Amino acid sequence: MITLSVNGRAHRLDIDPATPLLYALRGELGLNGAKFGCGLGQCGACTVIVGGEPVFSCLVPVASLQDRPITTLEGLAAHGKPGALQQAFIAEEAAQCGYCTSGMIMRAQALLERNPAPSDAEIRTAMAPNLCRCGTHMRILRAIRRAGEALQKALPPADRQPDR
Amino acid sequence: MRIRRIVLAVGAVAVLGAAGFVIAAQRPLIPEIDPPAPGTFDRALVETGARLAAIGNCHVCHTAPGGADYAGNRALPTPFGTVFSSNITPAPGSGIGHWSQAAFGRAMREGIGRRGDHLYPAFPYPHFAKLSDADIGALYAFIMTRRPVETVQRPNDLGLPFNQRWLMAVWNLVFFDAAPFRPDPQHDALWNRGAYLVAGLGHCGDCHSPRNALGAETTAEALAGGEAEGWGAPALNAASPAPVPWDAEHLDAYLRRGWDVEHGAAAGPMRPVVDALARADPADVRAIATYLAANEGGASADRQRRASEARARAGKASLPQPAAGEELGAAIFAGACAACHAGGSPMVPPHGIDLALSTAVNEADPGNAIRIVQGGIQPDDERAGPWMPPFAGAFTDAQLASLLGYIRAHYGSGAAWTGLAAKIHDLRQSKGGA
Repeated sequence: MITLSVNGRAHRLDIDPATPLLYALRGELGLNGAKFGCGLGQCGACTVIVGGEPVFSCLVPVASLQDRPITTLEGLAAHGKPGALQQAFIAEEAAQCGYCTSGMIMRAQALLERNPAPSDAEIRTAMAPNLCRCGTHMRILRAIRRAGEALQKALPPADRQPDR
Repeated sequence: MRIRRIVLAVGAVAVLGAAGFVIAAQRPLIPEIDPPAPGTFDRALVETGARLAAIGNCHVCHTAPGGADYAGNRALPTPFGTVFSSNITPAPGSGIGHWSQAAFGRAMREGIGRRGDHLYPAFPYPHFAKLSDADIGALYAFIMTRRPVETVQRPNDLGLPFNQRWLMAVWNLVFFDAAPFRPDPQHDALWNRGAYLVAGLGHCGDCHSPRNALGAETTAEALAGGEAEGWGAPALNAASPAPVPWDAEHLDAYLRRGWDVEHGAAAGPMRPVVDALARADPADVRAIATYLAANEGGASADRQRRASEARARAGKASLPQPAAGEELGAAIFAGACAACHAGGSPMVPPHGIDLALSTAVNEADPGNAIRIVQGGIQPDDERAGPWMPPFAGAFTDAQLASLLGYIRAHYGSGAAWTGLAAKIHDLRQSKGGA
């Protein structure tokens, strides 16, 4: 038996320990936010957060996840409403076909949790592993900046980062 | 009284001698010239210089991350402290705009700046000493036609005594061989061109040769394996850890495109080297490959046996059965690595190297394999090339240790890697948790 802690809930699953997390999320738990893109860790559509780090869930076997907290797109909503970053993606219309969006949001979420005021260069470096085939990258960058600014305003002034 | 006088006399001679040496260590200044206009250089010569600069890889060390091309200030860590590369654009203030070709040639071949000051051998003048006048002229034409960029030179971070540049005069006396390259008549022109480029402009030994306590390479151990930015630089002689010996064909392909089906992909500090070699004269890369393959001496019975063993381990599509205690490593391999690295397919993208053939998996030290798994392999921005995702964030140190232990046991040759968890932990720390 494998125990997965997803979005704060523990799930006990009777699956092959080599099963990639992505298949467990979609096939076993019905959490379809993370998408299957390439299965090779090359596109980022399957990105989720494990212990604060963005990871390709298609390449993380469940055997390695016992007791490590997993956050998926479904875990970002607060009280049934989209989280700050999701709202920014909506406001900037940062999606065309939408297939990459979940992975983009999760990688950006990990960045903003680590660094609430990233520079443009830092955003580009952090987001480099995730691909969008429709060409929505500029809107995605805007959405991340918008979310970062919203997070800054929500902080008490002493904790805000100086402008960069 | 007499003894005191003798002591005083000996002391005075020593002080005078040291002072004399310091003065003698200072070399003459070469007068400034007006920065030559780019149009004064022959375009074909500039082109030749560009292709040579790709072999010398001047750009990598003389460009800071995100900085202007050739404008210097890249931090170069050495065992003695950090040296910051200098601005070699033709900027008159902070670059080398006022340098004549004579000054440029002296810096390249003797490690002496235009003002007569000693350069540090972090700049590979012990290798460039082998360069021909013609190649110096072409490189000068190339460098002096780059975009001039003024910078503020970052000071080196070297402690006593290494911050005393004149001491390099002593270092040079002991370690520096100023002899130009001499072709070996036993070998053909292609081999000799390769030998010239490897020993000289390519400065392969800078990373691939061991160094003594004072940072000098020794001729006896040339290309016997060294270190580069914390990565292991594999031996390029008979001690090569590659399971299948290199031949000129495979090495040529590897050096120009950055990967080879029987050895793997260029990673770490070798990545920018192959990126640059893609722009070099293909005939020169062929010469380098020819010389290095001959230097490795691939045909020995022992190497042939290792090669056939590795080829037998490779090419198996089914994953190796884990021994007791290897279950976690095997599960991680099956879920994270097998999609690209399951055996039985040639290394054609997106399929990765068959690990039984991988140099990193077959090295005695696990450092390179750990770094590749932690950081992946990424081509520079705007370049195509082999790509592997980083796994540092996906797995804990203990999980990576069981994964690498399983890989070594079933795909590698040689003794099991020991102390993996501790080494993985150390490398993770040294990269700031990347």
